[in-house]
Amino acid sequence: MKPGTRLKSAACDTEVMVIRTGGGTIECGGAPMGEAKPDTAADLSADHSNGTLMGKRYVDADGAYELLCVKPGKGSLSVDGVALVTKDAKPLPASD
Amino acid sequence: MNIALLLEMAADAALDRTALVCDGKRWTYPELLSAARGACELIRESGAEYVALLDESSEAAVIALFGAALAGVPYCPLNYRLADEDLTALLERIAPALVVGDEARVARIAGDQGHTVFARDTFSDKAQQAAPDEPGEYDAGEGVAVQLFTSGTTAAPKAAILRHSNLLGYILGTVEFAAADEADAALVVVPPYHIAGISALMSSIYANRRIVMLPNFSPEAWLRLVGEEQVTNAFVVPTMMTRIIGELEKGLDANVSSLRAVAYGGGKMPLEVIQKALEMLPDTGFTNAYGLTETSSTIALLGPDDHRAALASDDPKVRARLTSLGQPLPTVELEIRDEDGNVLGPNEAGEIYVRGEQVSGEYKEKSALDAEGWFPTRDAGYMDEDGYLFLSGRADDVIVRGGENMSPGEIEDVVLTHDCIGDACAVAIPSVEWGEAVGMALVVREGHDAPGEGEIKELVRARLRSSRVPEKIIFVDELPYNEMGKLLRRKVKEILAD
Repeated sequence: MKPGTRLKSAACDTEVMVIRTGGGTIECGGAPMGEAKPDTAADLSADHSNGTLMGKRYVDADGAYELLCVKPGKGSLSVDGVALVTKDAKPLPASD
Repeated sequence: MNIALLLEMAADAALDRTALVCDGKRWTYPELLSAARGACELIRESGAEYVALLDESSEAAVIALFGAALAGVPYCPLNYRLADEDLTALLERIAPALVVGDEARVARIAGDQGHTVFARDTFSDKAQQAAPDEPGEYDAGEGVAVQLFTSGTTAAPKAAILRHSNLLGYILGTVEFAAADEADAALVVVPPYHIAGISALMSSIYANRRIVMLPNFSPEAWLRLVGEEQVTNAFVVPTMMTRIIGELEKGLDANVSSLRAVAYGGGKMPLEVIQKALEMLPDTGFTNAYGLTETSSTIALLGPDDHRAALASDDPKVRARLTSLGQPLPTVELEIRDEDGNVLGPNEAGEIYVRGEQVSGEYKEKSALDAEGWFPTRDAGYMDEDGYLFLSGRADDVIVRGGENMSPGEIEDVVLTHDCIGDACAVAIPSVEWGEAVGMALVVREGHDAPGEGEIKELVRARLRSSRVPEKIIFVDELPYNEMGKLLRRKVKEILAD
């Protein structure tokens, strides 16, 4: 999968742009994400339902994965079952 | 990834907010996105390989920037202040292009180059009419988003290219999505062909901050618009700041209470101007932004707290930071290197090198990056022990006298301490004995008499070394600056050669 690929959640409205990725499975709401939405929605896993926020970047502990949320939803993001966390742009004074 | 994503996200999240105000006309994000998609259709139909803008700032700059991105051709705003023959040469380099702006001029100076030309209003109208009902298939954003011709203060203009990845690296790394309050507004007065004019559009759109455009700068118009639109953020070049402060000093009745953050950059800010600005606008946060076209804008900044701390401090080291560029962004790496490429320590002067996602360092002809991805900025400077960056000038401006390297800035700063000198520029002049020697063009401060040459030479000899004493001194009415406040040393050299 290439950076710039848009992935959709099978379990909620979440959509992300892939900025960086490794070889694992990217999931949302506990279900694998794909470039197309499945015909039948997957169940939203209770363990992966903290929600996603528009414009937030999500990363793993090693920095191998980075996703940009371009559409929010009820599910939360994970890779191979391990939850991703938000990466905050360091607050800088506006410079332009 | 395509930079159009920035506008798409804003259009999804902030449906009703005003995105842009220009000439009294208001645009929402969905309206701008729709027009950009229409512009993409026009660009594809025309078969253009570039989209050029030969015009002042307007909504057309936003529509052309993102329309070109969607179509997958570089957006190339041109400096309309250039002389005809220079502009003809640049247009030739991007033919065939879809050119937005001065139709008559393009017909006159580049009528035979195969361009498709639209006047500003025609372009905006046609783009809105051509907007498809459903978004189409757009470019993936793996190529070049923007091509800018450098101002060429030292040589012929180079075509710097910025990829989608460079610009997105900068915006995603430094701007929090939708971070602006609904009432926030950014006043954009930098011309559209300057990197700061482009990054201002992208960061404000991504932050969902209303853009207020002022196509033609005057201090009165700037101050009036700040009051009328309750502007909270603004970027200015030093010459603009000087004139705004001058206007406020004259007692112009202006409401600037909304102004929370003013950033400046693009040239050297005179110390007395920033000091006055801090005193006259005590509640405004000032940020000095340092960046280059080739780095997608800002790579180091001196923030509001540093400004206030420097102004209030008695410690000369802390006070000196008012003239510093601040610290590198956390998203870039920055090093000072000597001529042999060795990394230098604190307070050692050399060339500034920078590396990071936002750093393109690439020209159409070739990349200037080294094997490890570092970009030599050709700016000379040093960092103090706390990591504050100071600029001493362009590496190309260094005067080499008998093998000794001398920074023009150092000599200028000393001469500027003379009460009668208002402005100063030191450049290399040919010398039979030394290869190069110091030549200076000086401007006498208003209401003062020109000091004797001997007095200036003695001042430099006493404060610096005798090698730095100018061999030739001339007095001029004013120094040549470009419209961005950049001192044109090349022209000073020509004047001194006469």
